[in-house]
Amino acid sequence: MKVTVDEVKCCGAGQCVLIAPEVFDQREDDGIVLLLDAEPAEGLHAAVREAAAVCPAAAIELSETG
Amino acid sequence: MTSTLNPASEHPAEIPEYPMTRAAGCPFDPPPTLRAKQQEGPLTKVRLWDGSTPWLVTRYAEQRALLADPRVSSDITRPGYPSSAPVTGSSKVSFILMDDPEHARLRRMVTAPFAVKRVAAMRPAIQKIVDELIDDMLAGPKPVDLVEAFALPVPSLVICELLGVPYADHDFFQDNSKTVIKRDTTPEQRSAALGQLAGYLNDLMGEKLADPGDDMLSQLAERIKSGELSRQDAAQMGVLLLIAGHETTANMIALGTLALLENPDQLALLRDTDDERLVASAVEELLRYLNITHNGRRRAALEDIEIAGQLIRAGDGLIMANDIGNRDPEAFPDPDRLDIQRDARRHVAFGFGVHQCLGQTLARLELQIVYSTLYRRIPTLRPAADLEQIPFKHDGSVYGVYELPVTW
Repeated sequence: MKVTVDEVKCCGAGQCVLIAPEVFDQREDDGIVLLLDAEPAEGLHAAVREAAAVCPAAAIELSETG
Repeated sequence: MTSTLNPASEHPAEIPEYPMTRAAGCPFDPPPTLRAKQQEGPLTKVRLWDGSTPWLVTRYAEQRALLADPRVSSDITRPGYPSSAPVTGSSKVSFILMDDPEHARLRRMVTAPFAVKRVAAMRPAIQKIVDELIDDMLAGPKPVDLVEAFALPVPSLVICELLGVPYADHDFFQDNSKTVIKRDTTPEQRSAALGQLAGYLNDLMGEKLADPGDDMLSQLAERIKSGELSRQDAAQMGVLLLIAGHETTANMIALGTLALLENPDQLALLRDTDDERLVASAVEELLRYLNITHNGRRRAALEDIEIAGQLIRAGDGLIMANDIGNRDPEAFPDPDRLDIQRDARRHVAFGFGVHQCLGQTLARLELQIVYSTLYRRIPTLRPAADLEQIPFKHDGSVYGVYELPVTW
């Protein structure tokens, strides 16, 4: 799984950080998403999928190939 | 298939008025007419106070899709925007009624203090506020009004601390906020109340400019100094954060408590658990079930949009009724049952799209602390009035109870 985030779309709701704190964080100055791990381990995939699904701004994109 | 005809518009008499009225004796459930509209179809028409007939979007999937669609606008001054009251100069309460890029520019100025880690660091301070208010309640007379003694002070104290607003002024800002969000407030009254709050925040901004502290208003004052923000916009943001920061959570605390007292098996599960995940899950379920924002998320279409076999025309108004969306059986099986063990995480109680509630992480934490503390410390807590005697906020754009007499 490869994760990409769109900092322009992000509205800083922070739900991804609540759900998958190993993969997502927020910038200190404006709360916008920080990607900590672009290729998370398999054990985190379910949480990352949930984070992408609840992101209100569609700012998290997943590519599941390979 | 796309239908460019809206059958309902040929029979204007059949278009129901919105907002709708809840059934007597069912204070936790959405209005029956809203349920009927959901069964009728994902998009139907309703009639507003001004005679306009925007689309009512009743199902979860279409609500999420439209709220996240960049072709819909939150700008209250756009033609077709289905406003809940006449639009006046003071209607535009900061960035919630603006579109990007200006919305994002302003919102990002106040996002950092609501970030997950910053909010988590507030846990001990919020726990202390909650514990002390419960101490006071237990030491005082009973029955007591839970709204006045607990539900309103908790979020008010927290948002005052965060913003740098003196809590001593709480009667002033709570009363004016109440006027702003009452459905039957006249435009003149609403304007006057918003004006009072804006004047108050403007004065406070002056104090923060002269003598900054470690709070959000002082951070906004810095932005005024650097030329990023006008003093008027800063005061407007302060009004928005102050109202949104206390009214909503206060209603979730009081109405949530009443809903739990009416569902003793659910209350027992919550009271007896040490599992933080169950507490968090209960908060999500109560947000889904109660839907205190029962005035719908309102938007105007900027372009033609095809969805669920309907063609929404550019300039059409849209009301995403999240109260019935969160009771959509397609999204939440057995939707009218309060079940704190269900996975309700994907609810739209905080809205969806880039306008989704800025303070949701703080709201969640406050509710988790309240729900995991109050019933444990007062295990015999119970209403001191019959359900029929409790005054519900049927006339509020934010739903809840005006008073909740409790004893133990």
